Amino acid sequence: MWQQLYSDIKDTGAMIVAIAEESRGAEHARQWIEAAKAEYWCLIDTDHRVADLYGMVNVPQSVWIDETGRMVRPPETTGSTDHFRRMDLKTRTMTPEDQAARNAARVAYLDAVKAWARTGAHALPADAARKRLPANTPEIARAHAHFRLGVWLRAQGRVAEADKHLGEASRLHPDSWNMWRQAADLVEVGKASGPGFWQRVHALGDKPYYPPPDFTAV
Amino acid sequence: MTTILTDRGDARVDASDGLRVSAADAERAVGWTLKPEGMCHDEICVPLPEGMAQGGRVDLAAFWRHLGNPVLSSEAGDAWMLGTGVDARRAALEGLEAPDFTLPDLAGKPHTLSSLRGRKVFLATWASW
Repeated sequence: MWQQLYSDIKDTGAMIVAIAEESRGAEHARQWIEAAKAEYWCLIDTDHRVADLYGMVNVPQSVWIDETGRMVRPPETTGSTDHFRRMDLKTRTMTPEDQAARNAARVAYLDAVKAWARTGAHALPADAARKRLPANTPEIARAHAHFRLGVWLRAQGRVAEADKHLGEASRLHPDSWNMWRQAADLVEVGKASGPGFWQRVHALGDKPYYPPPDFTAV
Repeated sequence: MTTILTDRGDARVDASDGLRVSAADAERAVGWTLKPEGMCHDEICVPLPEGMAQGGRVDLAAFWRHLGNPVLSSEAGDAWMLGTGVDARRAALEGLEAPDFTLPDLAGKPHTLSSLRGRKVFLATWASW
């Protein structure tokens, strides 16, 4: 899904690393990855280790890393928008205006990535980058531990016990859609985008589901 | 055998009395070495409270809690999650160095982020769900 972007920037030496957060295993990601015919790295992360290490709470999120291995943009939404919250749930369609605005946001984000690859534009100085680091609390640290043990137990087929840990992870870290969706998915495939999901989205009120990336100059 | 889950990966160890393991197993599972002065990692040595290490074996769960990290175990006690506490998590990110990881591609071949040093990296997560 990033092949076009990669073709546009590969002459700069920049690389794309796409991480599939798939606690259900690689097979769920296979058809998407094979269809992308990717020249960049497409990796499978069944333990959500990357989300854990970087404090990511939803997908798609991205991090920009410079040549020295420093984060110059901490985790942020990868061009997705909240327009889906207004879509017609019966037909699962958005208005043409919303569809256009959503596509424009995605194009704008990809353009920003391309500009950074070429000129270093949009890279944040250390202080500004630090201010955008995700929240970290003792509850979040415990949530990640419950999540990891839950995923391991599920892989062992110990579903009831796994469910307890995944549920506890989501309770301790309610801002993490990654954890909630994986916990919901355990109960019933498809539930992750079913009524429970929409209820949770509505409960956000004025808060964004996909906080828009901030490209104001610092 | 007992499975220890950490941020470094999984390790199988021979444990007794909860998570009392040999110094060699402890080092393999969590990267801390049992020495006369305590448990040591890189330049740091943490002195151990009375009874935490005996006869060359160390209570890894107690030690991990002693460091301020979350510890969980399965009901059967055959799997232990030694997590990363909030202070360590904060410290890891505030340096702004991108946390390193090794993950497989579809064919199972491992790839390590830090091997891309010298190139810009656009790291993007996604999911099929």
